[in-house]
Amino acid sequence: MIRKRMSSFLLMGVLGATSILRSQGLTAAQILDAVDRNLSSDNQVFTSRMVVHGRRASRTIVSKSWVVGTEKAFTEYLSPPREAGTKMLKVGKQLRIYSPQTDRVLQISGHMLRQSVMGSDFSYQDMMEDQSLQEAYHAELEGSELLDGRDSWVILLTAKKLGLAYPTRRAWVDKEWMLPMKEEMYAKGGKLLKSALVKEVMNVQGRTYPKVWLFKDELKRNSRGTEWIIDEIAFNVTIPEAMFSKAALRR
Amino acid sequence: MMTQLRLALKNLVGAGARTWLNVAVTSFTFVIIIFMSGLYQGILAYSKRVTVESEVAGGIYWHPLYDPDDPFTLDDSHGAPPQAVLDQIAEGRAMSVLLVTGAAYINGRMIPMQLRGIDPAQQIVAMPTTSLADYDGDAIPVMIGTGMAKLLGAGEGDAITIRWRDAYGTYDAADVEISKVMSVENFKVDFGILWLPLAVLQEMSNMPGEATYVTVRQGEPLLETASPWVLKTVMSLMEDMIALVQAKQSSAAIMYVLLLALSALGIFNSQVLSIFQRRREIGTLMALGMSRQRVVGLFTLEGGIHSVLALILAFIYGAPLLYLTASRGLPLPMDYSDSGFLIGERLFPVYGPWLVAGTTLLVATIVTVVSYLPSRKIAKMEPTAALRGKIA
Repeated sequence: MIRKRMSSFLLMGVLGATSILRSQGLTAAQILDAVDRNLSSDNQVFTSRMVVHGRRASRTIVSKSWVVGTEKAFTEYLSPPREAGTKMLKVGKQLRIYSPQTDRVLQISGHMLRQSVMGSDFSYQDMMEDQSLQEAYHAELEGSELLDGRDSWVILLTAKKLGLAYPTRRAWVDKEWMLPMKEEMYAKGGKLLKSALVKEVMNVQGRTYPKVWLFKDELKRNSRGTEWIIDEIAFNVTIPEAMFSKAALRR
Repeated sequence: MMTQLRLALKNLVGAGARTWLNVAVTSFTFVIIIFMSGLYQGILAYSKRVTVESEVAGGIYWHPLYDPDDPFTLDDSHGAPPQAVLDQIAEGRAMSVLLVTGAAYINGRMIPMQLRGIDPAQQIVAMPTTSLADYDGDAIPVMIGTGMAKLLGAGEGDAITIRWRDAYGTYDAADVEISKVMSVENFKVDFGILWLPLAVLQEMSNMPGEATYVTVRQGEPLLETASPWVLKTVMSLMEDMIALVQAKQSSAAIMYVLLLALSALGIFNSQVLSIFQRRREIGTLMALGMSRQRVVGLFTLEGGIHSVLALILAFIYGAPLLYLTASRGLPLPMDYSDSGFLIGERLFPVYGPWLVAGTTLLVATIVTVVSYLPSRKIAKMEPTAALRGKIA
C-alpha cells in the first residue's frame, strides 16, 4: 500500500516536473512539432460521420477514408442513399470526384475548390491543405489559457510565405494531450473566417486523438457548424497503391 | 392582258366561298410567318442592343486565359493589359474590368459570386457606376443588379460580408455596403456579380493595374495589335445567341412549311377542280381563237391573284396587329434569363422591310407555282374534246 502511495507520489512528481519543463522550456515550434507528430501517421483508415447542421435540419453523411501521408486520400461516401457511392480522390494537388448518378469523374479546381463539400462548413480547399503547420507557419507562443477547464497553450501562427489560404491562425494546444483543441483561422484583414473545436477525444493505438470536431464557417451568422465524428480509425495499416488511382473511382 | 385580268377577277369572284377561303388561309400563313420571324428578329435585336449598351460597347479585349464559360480559368485570368490597350484606357476610349471570384455572406447563407471592379467614372457602358464614387459611407461600396438583390434578399444600404482570395491565393474578407441596386436588362452583368470600384478591388486582390477584360467605347477603332489579349467583337460575342435563335428558327420553319403547304394545297385543289368544272369554257375560249398558252396564263393568273388578295387581306388585319405588337411589345409570362435568352419583360418583334418583302415574294411564288402546275394540263387539251366536256 505504502509502495503504491509512493509510486503515485513519484508519478505525480515526475508529471509535475515534466509540466514545468514544458511550460518553461518548450518553444512554440517544439509544441507544433509535438502536435504534428501526434496527429500524423504514415497512413490511416477511418470511418467518419459528417453532421451538417443546417438552418432547419441536420443531415449526416457517413464516409470511409484511406489516407497516406498528406499527399494521398481516397474517400467513399456510404450514406445517405443520395450521396452513397460518391467517391473523392486527392493525389497531390489534384482533387477528383466521382458521382454515380452521372457516372462521371470531375476534377475540382479553380474557384470550385472554394465550394462547400456536401453543404458542410468545409470547402474543398480546406480538404486540400496538406502542409504541416511547421512548414507553413511561424509560431509564436502567446501564453496559456484554460479551455473547457483544461490547461492549453495559445499559439499564434503567421504564414511564412505568400499563397497560404489562411495567413494567420491561432491554436489552443492541450498541454497534456498535445492536441490542438481549438483553432481559429483568420483572413488577411484579420476577420475570423473559420474555427475548429475538438469536442471529444479518444485513445487509439496508444495515442490520444480527436474524436468529435466542430467546424464552423464563422462568416455564416448563427451557423451551428459541421460536426465531424470519427467512429473508427486505424493507423499505419497497409493500403494498396491501386486505391489512389483514377480507375478506383469507378470501381 | 387587261381582258385576262378582268376575266380572272370575274372568275375568282364567281367561285365565291372557295376563293375567299383560300385567300383567308394564305393571308393567315403570310401574317404568321412575318409575326414569328419578327419575334426572332426582335429577340436578336434586343439582345444585341442590351449586350452592346451594358456589356460589350464597341468590343472587348480578353485576357488570354479568360473564358467566361470556363470557371476553371477565372482565377488565373488577370494581368496588365498590353501597352496599346493601356493607352486607349488612359485616353478614356476604353475601360478595364477586373474579375475576382469570391463569396457573399448574408443572413447566414454563403453565395458564390464574382467581384468585378469597374471605373466609377466610366461612360462606356450603361451602368450607374457613379453611385460607387458618390458613396460617402465607411464601408466598401458595391453595386448590384435587381436580380442579384432578389437573390441576396438585400437592398440599398444593406451590409453584406464578402470573402475572396488575393492574387496569391490568400483568403480575405470585408464588410461591404450596397450603395446602388441598378436596374439592368442584361442578366450577364447582374446575376452572381458584385460591382466594386476598380482601384479598390485591385488593392483588395493584390492585383494593381491588372484587368480581366477591357471594354472599348462604341465607335472606337479596335486595335489589331492587342496580342496576346484576344479581341472579341460584338458579333463574335453574340455568336451563341445567334446560333440559339437560328436553332429556334429552324424549328419554326417546320411550322412555316406546314402553313405554306396548307394554303398551297388549297389553291392547287381549287385549280384542279376549276379546270375540271370549266373544261367546256376552256374549249370555247380555244375555239374562239385564244391560244393554249393564254388560257394557261388565265388560269395561272387566277391562282396568282389569290396571293394578291391574300396580301391585301393580310394588310387589312395584319398590319394593325403587327404594328401593335411591334410598338407595345408582348408581355412575357416568365423570366427567360435562366434559358440563356436575353429577353426583357416585354418582347418587341422587329418586322424589317426585308422580312416583309421576302415573305411576300415567297408566298406569291409558291401560290403562282401551285396555280401553274394544274393549268399545264390545259396545254394538252383539244378544243373539240374540251367542248364536249372531255379533258384530253
